[in-house]
Amino acid sequence: MRNTFAETFHEAAKSDPHLCVVVADISPAGAMDKFRQEFPDRFINTGVAEQIMIGMVAGMSMRGLKPFAYTIATFTLYRPFEFIRDDLCYQNLPVTVVGIGGGVTYSTLGSTHHAQEDVAIACAVPNLRVIAPCDPEEVEAATRWCINQQEGPVYLRLGKAGEPILSDADSDPFLYGKLRYLRRGRDICIIGYGPILKMGIELADILKTLSFSVSVISAHTLKPFDEEGIKPVLCQHKHIIVLEEMVPHGGLADVVRVAAWKSRATCRIDCFTLKDEFVHCYGKHEDILDAHGLSVRLMLQATGLT
Amino acid sequence: MTNQAQAFDLVAARQRCLRYRKRILDISQKVTALHAAPAFSCVEMTDVIYRGLMVRVEKGHSSPDAFLMSKGHGCMTQYVILEDIGILPKEELDRYCTPDGLLGAHPDRGNPGIEASTGSLGHGMGLAVGMAYAEKLKNTSGRIFALLSDGELQEGSSWEGAMMAANLNLGNLIVFVDLNDFGGMHRMSEYHKAFFPLQEKFESFGWECASVNGHDAHAMLTATEARQGGKPFVLLCHTVKGKGVSYMENVPIWHYRSPNKEEYAQALSELAEVIQ
Repeated sequence: MRNTFAETFHEAAKSDPHLCVVVADISPAGAMDKFRQEFPDRFINTGVAEQIMIGMVAGMSMRGLKPFAYTIATFTLYRPFEFIRDDLCYQNLPVTVVGIGGGVTYSTLGSTHHAQEDVAIACAVPNLRVIAPCDPEEVEAATRWCINQQEGPVYLRLGKAGEPILSDADSDPFLYGKLRYLRRGRDICIIGYGPILKMGIELADILKTLSFSVSVISAHTLKPFDEEGIKPVLCQHKHIIVLEEMVPHGGLADVVRVAAWKSRATCRIDCFTLKDEFVHCYGKHEDILDAHGLSVRLMLQATGLT
Repeated sequence: MTNQAQAFDLVAARQRCLRYRKRILDISQKVTALHAAPAFSCVEMTDVIYRGLMVRVEKGHSSPDAFLMSKGHGCMTQYVILEDIGILPKEELDRYCTPDGLLGAHPDRGNPGIEASTGSLGHGMGLAVGMAYAEKLKNTSGRIFALLSDGELQEGSSWEGAMMAANLNLGNLIVFVDLNDFGGMHRMSEYHKAFFPLQEKFESFGWECASVNGHDAHAMLTATEARQGGKPFVLLCHTVKGKGVSYMENVPIWHYRSPNKEEYAQALSELAEVIQ
């Protein structure tokens, strides 16, 4: 994902001299390193200093540039939170704040490096748009949208590297603010966002062998949420499975439940999220998710669909 | 000195600053709180920036320079100056802190003449660094002026910004620090001794620095115009919190409170004396 972001950004930056990146001590790999070498004045490293990273992108935007802030999600959002709130959101500046390693992607580094509440926190702030693409194709489309928009601040939550492409020829195109069907079915709908949607696809494949017709939706834009688009989803499926690499409250699970209440939907809703606990175990990304009840096996057990 | 600085009339400036303080006191009678004392410490500083240093704003054109009031609680001074130079309408100052008006007790970006929404301290340095770097990247003549309180230099973010300003050789960044020696409570020189000295701190961070009396317009103009340049410049302006009204000077309660009728009358009579 980070490579796709960097390639997309680098390509756009060749023809847009206003695009800049401000990072806080994160090594620029791949295309981001090319961007740094080609446009050294437009790549700024503030060092381990996230408050000035955000302050600078705000100031640069106020004078007509199109800056992106970029570092690990916890340090993008949590450390300089009040600067994001006051400098970017209160002033409603069109700046993209990129968080790498959203959720528990950095699975061996401990909770200091886990952005497990980021979506809830980001969605709570007025004016802040929140986008969490599920695969490199969505990253490319979302990055292009961020580059071209002048609406206001965006939190762009990315994974790390090596994420597979989840869409196919029948998938909807990416449209900012709209739910995106990766697959269309009639019985069960799996809805989620971010790289964990890979698990949703795996679950859908198994359910298909059990003769269920399954939809998979990428809810890439968490805010503004597609309030209209969710209504037919809730009415047209008997069973909704929400999959979310985030704490249980303040994210997609709550949004779906509230939407169901408002639209008087009668579908069954099962929500699978990270627990409301810090992570004290280490291993592969899948190991951490499993410890929080997030695996195809555990979801099949919990839903009784086996 | 530039033409604008040479044209700066010190006698007229004194009269203006007296008038600004009176205007702030008048407005204070309509609201319970308006940060009179921290506004009074930076009247001359803000006047020098707008009238003596910034490229004048002609009607219909925007200035290449920008000013941001990082100590947002000093905004009454900015408001009355913006009113005086015709950017903020009088009616808006009359509607200060009311539901019908635009202006609150901290500056809000988008209001006439207001570049940045401040109020939370320690934000102005970062914003100013980003703004100054943008002007440098665009290769313009624009300079960024920021007015900081001494209290907000206790925020680590101010020093994160100070380091980056020097790293980026922001010779177009000019910071005035209102050294009135008070936060919201006590004298910083008493409870926060390690905060000082400041000049050496800024110089060790790669800034050019000078220190003057912040109520002496001529000294501020001369020191700023005499800077060597090529580096960010900070002018440490020694001031008196509440300057001009005896009972407000260096008394913490006036950080926030508005004077009552009797206090207001006394303040007006004291302001009749020329401010030294």
